[in-house]
Amino acid sequence: MKTLLISLAIALASLSALAQGVKVGDKAPDFNLKNVDGKMVALSDYKDAKGAVVIFTCNHCPYAQAYEQRIIDLHKTYAAKGYPVIAINPNDPSVQPQDSYELMQQRAKEKGYPFAYLFDEGQLVYPKYGATKTPHVYLLQKRGADFMVEYIGTIDDNYKDESAVKEKYLANAIDALIAGKKLALTETKAIGCTIKVKK
Amino acid sequence: MKRFVIYMLLVAAVAASCTRGERPTGELAVPIVDYSGLEPYLNKSNDTTYIVNFWATWCTPCVEELPHLEKLSREYSNGPVKVLLVNLDFPKYYDSRLLPFLKEHDITAQVIMLDDPDTNTWINKISPEWQGSIPATVIYRGPKRQFFERAFTYEELVEIVEEF
Repeated sequence: MKTLLISLAIALASLSALAQGVKVGDKAPDFNLKNVDGKMVALSDYKDAKGAVVIFTCNHCPYAQAYEQRIIDLHKTYAAKGYPVIAINPNDPSVQPQDSYELMQQRAKEKGYPFAYLFDEGQLVYPKYGATKTPHVYLLQKRGADFMVEYIGTIDDNYKDESAVKEKYLANAIDALIAGKKLALTETKAIGCTIKVKK
Repeated sequence: MKRFVIYMLLVAAVAASCTRGERPTGELAVPIVDYSGLEPYLNKSNDTTYIVNFWATWCTPCVEELPHLEKLSREYSNGPVKVLLVNLDFPKYYDSRLLPFLKEHDITAQVIMLDDPDTNTWINKISPEWQGSIPATVIYRGPKRQFFERAFTYEELVEIVEEF
């Protein structure tokens, strides 16, 4: 009985650790998810990268849409410098039909996404990261074979007007990593759409 | 006939210029504020229990929760309970989405639009617990304050308000 209680307690503790997700300084969990081109993509596939910009995003969310072009531009700037964008749709399409795999494929094609747009089928990856909304950014830097979390948050300080942006939080963080500098800001917050989960 | 056509074109042009995303002037039924304009609503020191809900018309769980908040606002109109709905739609949709939505859903609770893109500053001021998803709700009375990053049913709202 006592062992059962202890193992229950351990199981509960690990569950709550899962629910909290990763923090800055933690190792980023690997994943293996289906891309819009039908192929499976794992974080560990990015062998030559210096890091990665993992963004939980989706089709339907107005904030994700407001940032869509900026995400494309970030990839165009930083993939060549070793920091490709990896977009992941964490939503359950039975709750949010606009975020189905087929509509992800359509959106990626229409907008010419130059980055991987992966479907978190079964919703197993976003809880490991602790993502709560879309868009939600995790900037990773590779050390040895591991990807380490360096920055969590938002892209910049103005979702509705790119021309009025004063602080490019994410771009500044990537530039600092490339320059080998310490990040001035490791966490930021923004409004986003709740990740859609079946009740 | 020709004169009539020109007249109609003029009317159409004037009508178009009036509705092209311009903010209405004068006193607004739904005021548009930045965070400093919202702050007083979050810090009233009296005996009323304030339920401050952050929502948007495009947010499905928010829209599902809204009738419960509206019902609470009506049912407790005599009790010291006040519901404030803080809308987070993009301001360009003030006329085309927000106002028609409020009319369609017969919302009588107080609504204000928060237009402040510097979310990284104000989210933490509302609650350091807030990750940034909506719906989110602050319930406070004087110095007592609780934050919730979730949607409520009517029964849950009643329970919280009764026990607050």
